[in-house]
Amino acid sequence: MTMANNTASQTEAPVFYLKEEHHPETGTMLGFWIYLMSDCLIFAILFATHGVLGRNYAAGPSPADLFDLKLVAINTSMLLFSSITYGFAMLQMEKGKIAGTQLWLAITGLFGIAFVGLELYEFHHLWHIGATPMRSGFLSAFYTLVATHGLHVTFGIIWLVTLMVQVSKRGLIPENKRRLMCLSMFWHFLDVVWIGVFSVVYLLGVLG
Amino acid sequence: MLSKLVRGVAVASMFSLLAGCNLVVIDPSGDIASQQSDLIIVSTILMLLIIIPVMALTVFFAWKYRQGNKDAEYDPEWHHSTKLEVIIWSAPLVIIIALGAITWVTTHTLDPYRPLDRIDAERPLDKDHKPMVIEVVSLDWKWLFVYPEQGIATVNELAAPIDTPIQFKITSSGIMNSFFIPALAGQIYSMAGMETKLHAVINEEGVYEGFSGNYSGEGFSHMRFKFHGLSEDGFNEWVSKVKSDENFLGRSQYLELEKPSIKEPVHYYSAVDPELFGAILNMCVDQSKMCMNEMMSIDENGGGGLAGVYNVMSLTYDVPRMRGSQPLPEIKSYVATLCTAPEEGGFSGEITNLPLFDNVQRDRAMSVAPAGVSTGF
Amino acid sequence: MFSNPDLLHFIFGRLSIDSIPMFHEPIVAVTFAAVVLGGLVVMGALTYFRLWGYLWNEWVTSIDHKKIGIMYIILAIVMLLRGFADALMMRAQQAVAFGDVAGYLPPDHYDQIFTAHGVIMIFFVAMPLVTGLMNFVVPLQIGARDVAFPFLNNFSFWMTTCGAVLIMVSLFVGEFAKTGWLAYPPLSDIVYSPGVGVDYYIWALQIAGVGTLLSGVNLIVTIVKMRAPGMSMMKMPVFTWTSLCTNILIVAAFPVLTAVLVLLGLDRYAGTNFFTNDLGGNAMMYINLIWIWGHPEVYILILPAFGVFSEVVSTFCRKRLFGYNSMVYATVVITILSYIVWLHHFFTMGSGASVNAFFGITTMIISIPTGAKVFNWLFTMYKGRISFDVPMLWTIGFMLTFVIGGMTGVMLAVPPADFVLHNSLFLIAHFHNVIIGGVVFGMFAGIVYWFPKAFGFKLDEFWGKMSFWLWTIGFYFAFMPLYVLGLMGVTRRMSHFDDPSLQIWFVIAAFGAVLIAGGIGSFIMSIVVAVIKRDKLRDETGDPWGGRTLEWSTSSPPPAYNFAFTPVIHELDAWADMKKRGYVRPTSGFIDIHMPKNTGAGFILAAISLVLGFALVWHIWWLVAVSFILLVGGAIAHTFNYDRDYHIPASEVVATEDERTALLAKQQA
Repeated sequence: MTMANNTASQTEAPVFYLKEEHHPETGTMLGFWIYLMSDCLIFAILFATHGVLGRNYAAGPSPADLFDLKLVAINTSMLLFSSITYGFAMLQMEKGKIAGTQLWLAITGLFGIAFVGLELYEFHHLWHIGATPMRSGFLSAFYTLVATHGLHVTFGIIWLVTLMVQVSKRGLIPENKRRLMCLSMFWHFLDVVWIGVFSVVYLLGVLG
Repeated sequence: MLSKLVRGVAVASMFSLLAGCNLVVIDPSGDIASQQSDLIIVSTILMLLIIIPVMALTVFFAWKYRQGNKDAEYDPEWHHSTKLEVIIWSAPLVIIIALGAITWVTTHTLDPYRPLDRIDAERPLDKDHKPMVIEVVSLDWKWLFVYPEQGIATVNELAAPIDTPIQFKITSSGIMNSFFIPALAGQIYSMAGMETKLHAVINEEGVYEGFSGNYSGEGFSHMRFKFHGLSEDGFNEWVSKVKSDENFLGRSQYLELEKPSIKEPVHYYSAVDPELFGAILNMCVDQSKMCMNEMMSIDENGGGGLAGVYNVMSLTYDVPRMRGSQPLPEIKSYVATLCTAPEEGGFSGEITNLPLFDNVQRDRAMSVAPAGVSTGF
Repeated sequence: MFSNPDLLHFIFGRLSIDSIPMFHEPIVAVTFAAVVLGGLVVMGALTYFRLWGYLWNEWVTSIDHKKIGIMYIILAIVMLLRGFADALMMRAQQAVAFGDVAGYLPPDHYDQIFTAHGVIMIFFVAMPLVTGLMNFVVPLQIGARDVAFPFLNNFSFWMTTCGAVLIMVSLFVGEFAKTGWLAYPPLSDIVYSPGVGVDYYIWALQIAGVGTLLSGVNLIVTIVKMRAPGMSMMKMPVFTWTSLCTNILIVAAFPVLTAVLVLLGLDRYAGTNFFTNDLGGNAMMYINLIWIWGHPEVYILILPAFGVFSEVVSTFCRKRLFGYNSMVYATVVITILSYIVWLHHFFTMGSGASVNAFFGITTMIISIPTGAKVFNWLFTMYKGRISFDVPMLWTIGFMLTFVIGGMTGVMLAVPPADFVLHNSLFLIAHFHNVIIGGVVFGMFAGIVYWFPKAFGFKLDEFWGKMSFWLWTIGFYFAFMPLYVLGLMGVTRRMSHFDDPSLQIWFVIAAFGAVLIAGGIGSFIMSIVVAVIKRDKLRDETGDPWGGRTLEWSTSSPPPAYNFAFTPVIHELDAWADMKKRGYVRPTSGFIDIHMPKNTGAGFILAAISLVLGFALVWHIWWLVAVSFILLVGGAIAHTFNYDRDYHIPASEVVATEDERTALLAKQQA
């Protein structure tokens, strides 16, 4: 038997397998991040759609006629606060404090519900004055983009409640910590997307 | 680029087996299509420079290095050669640079929107020549051709004098089609509410096939027409033949014609409403509808405001456009025109069918601006 | 009994007895009878042999990547039969429908068939073949025990299957889309396609799309995180590289499809104005968006095939792959470029000359790395010792056929040339040339190559060769006439022709399709005969071809845990390196192995999604609500299951490995 490879040691045969159990790095965070990026692409398409259709009012109302920036600003702050409170929940989780984690998660959830509630109020108002998604290309794009974000937040809230139940049942075990981390990424991601929605749809729509 | 002779040789050699059939794409009768055919041949030849050696080497290596041939050299570790790597990346690169340059130039010179600068290779055109305009509308499932200069229109038959530059203005009544006469020039899509253009010239007299190149539903297979390339006299004769049919194409006749039909026979209109094509293009042949250009100018000025919310006319779409046997489930809505008075009771009968609003809103729709709704929250 | 139409409408939505086409379409009725009969025979056999439990425990709920991979390929083969039946019907119609003869298919039926053919072949044949092969091979090639998220893998498979089932349902209940495989609006809008066909299309693709996307995420993480120690990126087998790039493309492309189908769905269900002609919609946007997904999709399919050819060519030339590095770079370059060429699918929509020229040239640039790959395979053969086993035949067939498709592809990329070739049968010939000559040949090469790894015996060689020759010759007969017809100015999707001089070419093409049918039959025969003669064809070494990559180092079929000990990699072509440097298979010192547990959750959730999709198609709103709540509830309930893994005890590992030691010893003796 000749050793073809000079760099390998000439005396001992190379190691071709591990004798102990191999633990590859867990890929959950990477996987979830990749999922988020794919979700981000969906939003990118909806933003692009809004970019194409955003001024097709079909002789109907424009953003300046419809949007109340004050309300949207309040709404935005709800979501921003919820991101901060989620951060506090994660800090408590790192310290291993279940009660603190749960408390901050609950506050986060309440901010989320306030956000979704305000959005539903806005939709209701718009619908009531006749600005439905069927009215124009602009309104179709607007409702779809904002509602897709709102649906994400809604599912985030459902997920958050589920995790609160799971934390209360099993405590801060590694699985639950990992899940809380994933939801954290999801929640902050929605925050970032909303900043895009706020700037592009509302601010640029009304002022631009 | 390639002269007719070279093309003839290429066609004869490459397609000698197919001598019996009419390869209209390779041997067309219009100058634009001829240049496009040249391009096909040039790009084929350029590609063959690389394809033929690859195919030959594949067969040769497969034969030479077969397992049974123990005389052939065997070097299981040979896996790298910088020289070869350079060649295998640069050979395709060189070809693509050549083809890319040709592509850039010809895409601009053969741009369908660009007015012609020659009738054929020998006969250049003045910059300020006026092409003959033909307006083309794809309907379900037939073609309408309007000749604004002659004031006539035809269905499923097209004619043009040879060696005369033509400008086609193309639109659709609804579904996307593609206007294609292979002997004349390449195709371009026809889309509702949009105008595409094609500049072309036919150089030989003859009858050519025209059709839709983009699938558009049930009657698509029969959406064909004959394109007649005629002499100047022949074309004039043809025009007077069309004019002899006492038949007017106005808005209401168009709305009738627009209804889906398959295998529509050729027919002529001796006179045409000069505003018709513009109205088709702006989707407002029905005068109760707002024209696209009017709507777009309102949108450019910031939309119709809250008052515009209820300016949605709804009615069962005047053309029953169903493909299958099921009845149309939805009610089609569109924006009503603001200025033109509705003809023949356009408003009254239709307002009862509003799908999106309840009764209260229906009343508001009539008064256009809803009272008591403030702009804020 | 039920005389109240409102109640009936509430319960059944749009569904009524008239929606069942088999009462007025004899072709559908016969197909339905055959499917029911076949289904009864299979179910009877399963019951008779008491296989239901086995099927449920060992396959349906299995999270083993090898079994899931095999199930994907079975799904693909079943759907291939459906998709190919559509192809035969189209060829038969086009061969007879000239002049006064209308043919046997009315446009209404013909239009459904070509739409279904395209959708099924791309989404439910090519995609499952590719995903299945990657699922089976990648973890073995990188020395992993399973994929990163085994449950998701099972769920992805069942979602893909349920998408396929929904399409099959459309054959017997209602209708399928009559819009072409990409469902361009305005034709696919509710005004022009009021039936359920487009809705079947939307929901089948959405359900399958979820599966595809998740499986893409799964395989990326698997390749990035779970490679055996020592396997750096540049020591990964080429198939793993192409899989990585394909899955990156999946994750970066499929969300676009999801989004655009959501928008089309909203136009149809909610009356929005994304792609409508009026009220500010823009149909051109759909065409752009769908091709931003659609073009990468082409490379999603072809890259794994390129990977297979790379593995096959070096194995059967008994030689290292020529130019591994440039192969990898070429793959990556193709991955990136595939995103900036989409507009070449609609040069004729009237974009400006500069836009068209830009996209034409980027398209041509893709042919440079592709050309480099072809040269790499070519020079791998140089100074090799080539044995012409069936996988190698497919590879050579590919090299000769694919370059023709590449050439016509570059011709179509020249915008002015495309103006006369677009949507013609020349285009049809081109993409079948690259998809059959590339993807299909590649997948057959891969199946024949890895079959002995999956089942422990080779496929029958005679029928394998028959399959290769019939497919190849059939391909040339079926598609070369279409190139000619394209140059004669004949466009696609026609159910009837006026010019009788075209007929001879369609007859030749139909003959080619029959030859391909023989090729498919021979392929199935090669499996059947191999199962019958399995003892003769058995391979006990685990390395029947003299392979070079890790999957050949374990037994065939591999044990559930793939490798008793995680391999350590030193070189590219790890197994060739191990064989060369005197690797000795470990026979003792085995330990417990940590493995994921089977679960039925994936199957159940996917089945609920299928019901949801069906209810949405038919507007059965109560069922939509119920199944949606069940779906969300089921998913949440699944997260309460923390008991997801177990250990294979060392004793079991010892037993399995000892058995193999004995087998190998018997071979040596």
